[in-house]
Amino acid sequence: MAENAKPRLAIFKLASCDGCQLQLLNLEDELLDIADQVEICYFPEATSQDLDGPYDVALVEGSVTTETDLQRLREIRRNSQTLITLGACANAGGIQALRNTADVEEYTRAIYANPSYIHTLAQSTPVAAHVTVDFAISGCPISRRQLLDVLTALLIGRAPELPRYSVCVECKRSGTVCVLVSAGVACLGPITQAGCGALCPSFHRGCFGCYGPMESANPDSLCQNLMARGVSRAETLRLLNGFAGGSEEFRSAAEKLEKAPL
Amino acid sequence: MTTTSGVRTIRLDLMSRIEGEAGLRLDVRDGRLADLKLDIYEPPRFFEAFLRGRSIREVPDMTARICGICPIAHQLTSVQAIESALGIAPGAEIRALRRLLFCAEWIESHALHIYLLQLPDFFGKSGGLALAAEKPELVRRGLELKKIGNEMTTLLGGRAVHPLSVCIGGFWKAPRRSEVLELRPHVESALEASIETVRLVSSLTLPEFTPEYEFVALAHPHEYAMGDGRIVSSRGLDLSIREFEQVFLEEHVAHSTALHSVRADHGSSYLAGPLSRLNLNYQHLLPGARQAADESSVSWPCSNPYAGIVARAVEMVQACEDSLRVIDAYREPDPPRLDYTVHAAEGCAATEAPRGLLYHRYRIDDQGLVQSARIVPPTAQNCRRIEDDLRLLIPGILDRTDAEILDACEKLVRNYDPCISCSVHALRLRINRR
Repeated sequence: MAENAKPRLAIFKLASCDGCQLQLLNLEDELLDIADQVEICYFPEATSQDLDGPYDVALVEGSVTTETDLQRLREIRRNSQTLITLGACANAGGIQALRNTADVEEYTRAIYANPSYIHTLAQSTPVAAHVTVDFAISGCPISRRQLLDVLTALLIGRAPELPRYSVCVECKRSGTVCVLVSAGVACLGPITQAGCGALCPSFHRGCFGCYGPMESANPDSLCQNLMARGVSRAETLRLLNGFAGGSEEFRSAAEKLEKAPL
Repeated sequence: MTTTSGVRTIRLDLMSRIEGEAGLRLDVRDGRLADLKLDIYEPPRFFEAFLRGRSIREVPDMTARICGICPIAHQLTSVQAIESALGIAPGAEIRALRRLLFCAEWIESHALHIYLLQLPDFFGKSGGLALAAEKPELVRRGLELKKIGNEMTTLLGGRAVHPLSVCIGGFWKAPRRSEVLELRPHVESALEASIETVRLVSSLTLPEFTPEYEFVALAHPHEYAMGDGRIVSSRGLDLSIREFEQVFLEEHVAHSTALHSVRADHGSSYLAGPLSRLNLNYQHLLPGARQAADESSVSWPCSNPYAGIVARAVEMVQACEDSLRVIDAYREPDPPRLDYTVHAAEGCAATEAPRGLLYHRYRIDDQGLVQSARIVPPTAQNCRRIEDDLRLLIPGILDRTDAEILDACEKLVRNYDPCISCSVHALRLRINRR
C-alpha cells in the first residue's frame, strides 16, 4: 500500500447468493468508519463507483461456474495484492457444487426450456482451484465479526487470524449440551471449523457443516460414529454433500463412504 | 457508443446497486428503439435440480441459499409448500412467529434498498456510502433501521443471513417471551424512523411515468398479506395459490438465465412487489401505516413505479407496527414444532418476499425425499415488466447522450429492487444504436 494513501478495496461476486458481501453492509455500526478508512473502488452491490485496479485487497464471493467468471477471476488476481475469499461458495464451490457429481446437461434440461441458451461449466469450483488465495474466511454466510477482524488486521498491517478449532469447542464454551451425545442427533460439529458460535446446536439441531472442514478434521471417524448411532448411510452422505461438500475433506470422505461395503 | 453508418451502439455491462449481476442491451436503428433486452447473465446455480433427492428436512436450509437478502422468504415458502403437501397446519402461535420473521426481513431489505441503493439516485450520489459523506445522519438512520431488522432475525433465527430456526412444522426452537419483549423498544424506535422515512421519500420529486400495470399480489381477508392468502390482481384475478402455474407461465429467453413470467392467457407482463401490494391491500394497513400512506406524497392506488420507494417506506411502518402487535401478543409455541408423518404428496405455497410474490412447489416421495421442485421468485416475474417499462421510457429520451440514457434506465430498473441471485436461482446494460 502506498504511504498515506487509503488502501484500495474491491468486492467481487461470482456464482453466489450475495449473502457474504451483504455481511459487509450488515456491519451497520462500523460500515461508515470502514468506508472512511479504505477506498471502496468496486462494490457494484452498493455503489456505482467503478475504479480500475490495482487493488490492495480484493474480497471475492462465489464459486467459478462459467468460463467468463474464470477469466474475470484471473484478472482480479492479477489486479490485486491480497485476495481474500468469502464463504463456502468461494472456498469449496458452495451448495451449487452438488452439480459436480451430477449430469449438468440434465440439470439444464430440467430447468430451462432451451438448454442451448445456457453456458455453464460442468463443475462448480472454489477460487483456490484457479488462483492463489491469500486468506479464506469460512461460512455460509461468513460471520460479519470475522470479516471485521480480518479487515482490521489488514488495516493495521498484521496477518489475519481466525480460529481453526471445531464447532465442538464453541458448544463447550457456551455451555450448549452436545446434541450428538445427548440426543443422538446427526451433527458435523466435530469436523467443522468454528466461527458461527455453534448456532445450530444452540437451536437443538445438528451442525450441517456450513463453515467447512476444520484443520485436520477426521470425517471418516465421525461417519462411523454417526452410523453406529443409527444415522443412515444416506443421511450421513447427504450431510457431507452439503454446503461445503465440494471441499477436499468432505468430498473424499463421502466418496469413501459410498464405496464402502454395506 | 459506437456508430457505423447510422448504427449507434451503447453498452453498460453491469448495473450497480441491484442485488446480483445484470445488464441491458438496446438496439437503436434510425433513431428509433428497435429492440431491448434485459441481459441476465448471472450464472445458473440449478437449485430446482439439486433439490431432487434431498430430504424435505434439508429444504429450508438449502432454499435459503437462493438469496442472501431474502433467505427467510425462501425458507418459509418452501416449508409452507411442504406443509401444505403433508397436511400439516401449524397453529396461531407458530404463524405469528413466522409473521414476525417476515416483518424483520421486510424492514431489513426495504431499509437497505431505500437508504443504500435507491436514495443515492435522488441526491446524485454513487451509493449510500458517498451519500453518507454529505448526509451522515440520514444514512445512519437507514443503517439503524436495517440493524433492527437484522436483530429481530438474529433473535428468531440465530443470524441475520441464512437464519436456521425455521423447520417443517414450526421452529427448531422458539424464543422466550422475555427475549421477544426485549425487541419492543428497538422496534418502537424503528417505527419512528420508518415514519420519518415516509416523510423523507415524500419530499423527493418523482419522475412522471405511469404505465398501465396489472398489479399482482397476495391478499388476505383480515390482514396485510405476507405469508398466505389468495393471489389477486388489479384486473380481476382472484386465484387460489394452487392455480398459480395455470395462470402464470415462465418463458425461457436467449438473453436471460432468469425465466420470464407472463400471463398464460394473453402473454402480458404484470407487476409484483411493494407498489402492487400497497395498491391492492391498502385497506388492510394498520392505523399508523394507513396514516403514513395518507400523509405521503402519493395518492393510492398509484401507477408510478418511482413511487415504489414510498410504498417501501409505508411498508416499513406497516412491518414495524405489525411486529409490535405480534410481540405484545406473543406466546411461546409449545411444542415449537408439530410432528408429522411423511407420505408421497405434492404441495405449493406463495408468500410476499420483500420484492414481491414468491411461489414454490414440491413433489415428495414416501421416503420424504424431494422428487421435483419449482421456484418462481418475484424478480423473474418482474423481468418482462421491467423490459416493458424500459420500452415506454426510452423513446422519449433517445435524444440524450448514451450516458444519460443508461443512467435513466438504471434508475428505472432500481425501482424494482431487482434480486438477480433470486431470479436465476441474473442484469448488464448494453445499447446498440444503428
